[in-house]
Amino acid sequence: MKAKLFDYVERDNFVFNLSGLTKIVSFFCLTFAVMFSYDIRVILAIMVFSFVVLHVSEIKFSQIKLMLYYALIFLVMNFALTFIFNPQYGVEIYGTYHEIFRFTERYVVTQEQLLYQITKLFKYASVIPLGMMFLLTTNPSEFAASLNSIGVSYKATYALALTLRYFPDMIRDYNDIALAQQSRGLDLSKKEKLGTRVKNIMNICVPLIFSTMDRIELISNAMDLRGFGKMKKRTWYSRKPLTKNDYISMVFCVLVFIGTICVSTFINHGRFWNPFI
Amino acid sequence: MNKKLFDFKTKTIVATGLGAALFMLLFMYVKVPTGIPETQIQTAYGVGGFFAALFGPIAGGLIAFIGHFLSDSVQYGSAWMSWVIASGVTCFIIGMVYPKLAVEEGRFDKKDMILYNVYQIVGNIIGWVIVAPVLDIVIYAEPVNLVFTQGVVAAICNAVSAGVIGTILLKLYSKAHASKGSLTKE
Repeated sequence: MKAKLFDYVERDNFVFNLSGLTKIVSFFCLTFAVMFSYDIRVILAIMVFSFVVLHVSEIKFSQIKLMLYYALIFLVMNFALTFIFNPQYGVEIYGTYHEIFRFTERYVVTQEQLLYQITKLFKYASVIPLGMMFLLTTNPSEFAASLNSIGVSYKATYALALTLRYFPDMIRDYNDIALAQQSRGLDLSKKEKLGTRVKNIMNICVPLIFSTMDRIELISNAMDLRGFGKMKKRTWYSRKPLTKNDYISMVFCVLVFIGTICVSTFINHGRFWNPFI
Repeated sequence: MNKKLFDFKTKTIVATGLGAALFMLLFMYVKVPTGIPETQIQTAYGVGGFFAALFGPIAGGLIAFIGHFLSDSVQYGSAWMSWVIASGVTCFIIGMVYPKLAVEEGRFDKKDMILYNVYQIVGNIIGWVIVAPVLDIVIYAEPVNLVFTQGVVAAICNAVSAGVIGTILLKLYSKAHASKGSLTKE
């Protein structure tokens, strides 16, 4: 178990120097654009763009290796499941039928299905670098500040800031308790029977949860004593002022979003790009 | 003690923050395999239910939403929004039971247990059989029968987790707190 999943390493380049607000706005604009559109041309353009930005942000491959593997497994699973459950969904969407070859009566590979599934694959794949970048280039304490500045209640964003602050502590506590229990002879490995293993996992979780409850008491008392939540607004220590680059990036991403919707409504007349008609 | 459904005190905020961290940790690392491939019982939903019953719908909903969102983002690089929202909705509905319980005063009898489980089953059904598949179709245009099958499996797994683990935790927590008037004069 690695506590270093969230390792935010400060760097000095274009992406890192943008304010958290810009990153949130850009991330949501690009993500919604990709979510909305089923046009493979638009999706590929955004995907290329997000990989370029990933390169600019100088994130090392070793930082994102694990995520990429998980994401790849997920994408392959989804690809296979879609075909197993609904091999003719593409035909339904595009309304035409171009057979390539058939396995059985039900499992016929058509051009429509292939286009639908490949579009979907890229759709998910293109969001992944965006999410990773957002996660790895945003200072966790600035994240809450910038969510607040787009209008989310500061009480909710403060909860998020607390999550990010206490997650590493939680992992450390979990490891401590797990090691302590194992030294008392609790077996968590695959050698143990499933039922016993579940019970053993509970033996670690219960102390963790109950110590968390104590901690909640402690922190909320400390916050109350300092007058938290008395005012409608609050200021943030880590909020960055916006610069010229911020405005340029935000305008660019909003334009991409509007452009995607325009392509869908005026050129494709719907969410799907249909080359078969 | 008079409890309001949508209370948002400092304690609720802190509980939300730490609860979400806990949810995230369990969601990522502590899963129980069921024997069916790629289907695991997420212990996180037990904790989600527990926190929702103790701190109300807003805390519950935010815990599941933030926890699921962050763990998805950390593991896969981007979150599967429809399921993240479904998680939030499920725990929000479980949280509706909050004014009816008094666990922190040491009361969690059979009636409360049934009440909690009714809410959690309803929450899981609405969240996973209705919200998640519908959003999957609207946002991602996934095939209909695939998402409903996934939804039903998820509802069962999560209801088991929220039911078994949540009930055990609530019971243990109520025992750790002395109930009102438990002292008798000799």
